[in-house]
Amino acid sequence: MSKVANRIKQTATLVRSKIQRRSKPTLSFPLRSLSNVKYRPTRGFLELKGRKKTRTLTVATVKTFAQTLRMMSQAKILVEDDEIMTKREAYYVSKNWDDARFDEQHESDTVIDDIEALFEVNREQLGFIPEEKGGEIAGKLVVIDRDLDTGKKLRIDCTRFGSGAYSIPSSVEHLKFETKAKFVLAIETAGMFQRLVKHGYWRKANCILVSMGGVPTRACRRFIRRLADEMKLPVYAFVDCDPYGMFNIYRTLKVGSGNAAHINRYFCAPNAKFLGVTPQDIVDYKLPTHPLKEVDIKRAKDALKNDPFVQHYKPWQDAIRQLLDMGVRAEQQAFAVHDLNYVIEHYLPDKLAASKKFLP
Amino acid sequence: MTKVKKTRAKSKTKAAKKAVKKVRRASKKTKTRTKKTGSRAVKKARRASKKTKPRTKKKGSRAAKRGAKEVVEETPGKEQPGHSTAEDMALRQREISVAEFFMKNRHLLGFDNPRKALLTTIKEGVDNSLDACEEAGVLPEVRIIIAPTKEENRFQVTIEDNGPGILKKQIPKIFAKLLYGSKFHRLKMSRGQQGIGISAAGMYGQLTTGKPIAITSKLSRNLPAHHYKLEIDAKKNEPRIIVDETVKWPVQRGTKVEIELEAKFQKGRQSVEEYLEQTAIANPHVSLRFVTPDGETKVYKRVSKQLPEQTREIKPHPYGVELGVLIKMLHDTNSRTLQSFLHSDFSRVSSRVAKIICEKAKVSERSRPPRIARQEADHLHKAINQTRIMNPPTDCLSPIGDELILAGLKKQIKADFFTAVTRPPAVYRGNPFQIEAGLAYGGSLKADGLARMLRYANRVPLLYQQSACAITRSVINTSWRNYALQQSAGALPTGPLVILVHMASVWVPFTSESKEAIAHYPEIIREIRLALQDCGRKLAKFVRRRRKAVESERKKAFIQKYIPHIAIALREMLELSDRQEKTMVRQLTDVLERSRS
Repeated sequence: MSKVANRIKQTATLVRSKIQRRSKPTLSFPLRSLSNVKYRPTRGFLELKGRKKTRTLTVATVKTFAQTLRMMSQAKILVEDDEIMTKREAYYVSKNWDDARFDEQHESDTVIDDIEALFEVNREQLGFIPEEKGGEIAGKLVVIDRDLDTGKKLRIDCTRFGSGAYSIPSSVEHLKFETKAKFVLAIETAGMFQRLVKHGYWRKANCILVSMGGVPTRACRRFIRRLADEMKLPVYAFVDCDPYGMFNIYRTLKVGSGNAAHINRYFCAPNAKFLGVTPQDIVDYKLPTHPLKEVDIKRAKDALKNDPFVQHYKPWQDAIRQLLDMGVRAEQQAFAVHDLNYVIEHYLPDKLAASKKFLP
Repeated sequence: MTKVKKTRAKSKTKAAKKAVKKVRRASKKTKTRTKKTGSRAVKKARRASKKTKPRTKKKGSRAAKRGAKEVVEETPGKEQPGHSTAEDMALRQREISVAEFFMKNRHLLGFDNPRKALLTTIKEGVDNSLDACEEAGVLPEVRIIIAPTKEENRFQVTIEDNGPGILKKQIPKIFAKLLYGSKFHRLKMSRGQQGIGISAAGMYGQLTTGKPIAITSKLSRNLPAHHYKLEIDAKKNEPRIIVDETVKWPVQRGTKVEIELEAKFQKGRQSVEEYLEQTAIANPHVSLRFVTPDGETKVYKRVSKQLPEQTREIKPHPYGVELGVLIKMLHDTNSRTLQSFLHSDFSRVSSRVAKIICEKAKVSERSRPPRIARQEADHLHKAINQTRIMNPPTDCLSPIGDELILAGLKKQIKADFFTAVTRPPAVYRGNPFQIEAGLAYGGSLKADGLARMLRYANRVPLLYQQSACAITRSVINTSWRNYALQQSAGALPTGPLVILVHMASVWVPFTSESKEAIAHYPEIIREIRLALQDCGRKLAKFVRRRRKAVESERKKAFIQKYIPHIAIALREMLELSDRQEKTMVRQLTDVLERSRS
């Protein structure tokens, strides 16, 4: 029996023995919020402070309690049978549970996240896999996978996808890599990624291009992390100049998310650096801008006030203040104002020449 | 009404003479009171007549008087055009009869508009019928018919009872003379107080349709019924007989009054129907039949055969007597000494107490009452209020009783919870009174919106001027939130609630003669509040208990729904047997139910 299945059984035994002693059973979870994480630069990611919330079985909690236990049982079955299930599928499976079924998927997602936190493992280890796609790769990288039928080694050369790209699978632990690239460039938008692929930028700069498509998925983060660790590659992020690009996309890539801090140690790339677009770039490159939206301002102020990562890095605080003072934001595709390939010919080479000046 | 002639004083000596006359008139007035009538209205009418007499001129009397003076003082001998001399004025100064006064001021009696006139007419008729039946010891059966006439805004109202009937010779005065009756001059609990109502209704009919009021009365089975058609001679305030005949009326005994009047028939709030419904609630011994103009018959059945206890007449209590009344009583008494006057003309004044009062007032207890001067009377009045006197007797009150209030409420209102309380008697300004309250809650009553109030004075529903009434004030000032109800500041409570309050008294202090709202005496407000709080506590108990039951039922269902799933999950994870699973369900239920409260 696997380690995870054992831990599930232990917890269940604890609950049962409490009931047999006629006392209210409890389950305690680490509190999942920014207020319960801290940034440790030596380890390089957001980790839990250790505050826990205890769910005691009462009249008010009996429904969630029952649902959590049933979902735990489901996880145990998955682990024992070496089966997988998406969050959406878990939601549909719960429809068999009569009164304990979930009415909306976000309810079952929350319970799955709770269980994940309870055992301090990533949900993939419990058999729950994410719905989302992992991101795309192009450039000087060979991924070594296995053929699902024969189990034979499968070499995937990411330079040979033409105008397409290699898709990161939802689980990346079994992959191996071969590369001679110098760095990894993680790009926010698919549009910018395609431009760089089309003009063979990876060949020119000798790098690996990753399209994150917004906030990077766990698989994408894990993939980049393994590239960084095992291939000793630096990681540069190229995102929009707005609070979302900085603190939702880049921060999550570098130090993990506040909401799933229990698994951040696997799912982040602590050596990532911020290539751009920086507020100073807007000035230097005379980029066309849009005014900051109210949500942007709110997010920026919130980051200044609550984000342990931002609180640790003075340069980031300065960058935010500069952005707030300017009151504008700029997208990474705004360089098109000068010339369609201005990014490739001028911006990226300029920036890469001074990679020491990247924001941390 | 008094017939003393009044003339404007022309000189100081005359004025002095007039003052003397006034005093005499006052005494006469009070004597006339020994007839029938309602006090407040009478007083007001008299006051008004005094005022209006000189006003029969162009302007207010004072102005006229000043004008006359100016003429005399500033330009003697010369008369300015347009000004009148005192002699001219005297020609126009004449007496006003009460009837004339009320004809002009009919709103004072509740005839402001056609809708209210209809209600007031029926109210006066029904109140009289019920009073008469109860005094004769008959269980009242009253029929009310509102029949349409050829003209749109005219209705023929008939009120018929099974009461003792009225002596033939009394009929014209009772029905066609204002301020004639039996109830005014006694301190006794009854619906009517003033002796204006029914004759005013007749007069209103006469005024708006020109038709006389018709009365049929029968004293016993073997006697013939008398039928009268009467008009009021407004100038003289005397009945004018139009028809006087003997008719056949196939009933045992009773009285039937028919009035044709200009009116408007309406349903809903402040309607005839509401009045009858509320009457039925507070008078469960009464049987009412009501025929609407559409020919629909509504029956309010009797639910109790128990007549209200007959009330005793009492003498006034010294605390409630005003100086003027005291002077008048001193003048009118048959007692020969002051001490015996105090002892025999008031309640709760023993010889000993009478002597103490006299000593305090420094007036000899042996002085003859009519000889007491005004100054001494004043001392006497003050002495009375400084002396401790026992509260008036309270056996003169006949409350409805909590059981009958409950019966009445249950008959007319569909609710889940009823409670009622009768407070012990209390006293305001020397008048004994007693407060009763009842609540009906839940059931088919409307859950949103303000509580409905049923106000009663001597068993008569009060439909108008709710906001001016002491009852309303007390209800608002009671903090219903303590009793598990909602209430906004300065408003009635909200919820499916009916609040009934009844004030029984030998003299209900109305704020006006149309008897619509009770005056704000602190003693009365206090008693109402105590009664409401008593009811409120019982209500709160009920509401809380019900809420708790609902809540625990809900919780129980909730627990039973989800506990099996906990057991299923544990069975799956720990590979338990079915028996172990069942044990788990039992243990879990145990754990949760214990923690429920």
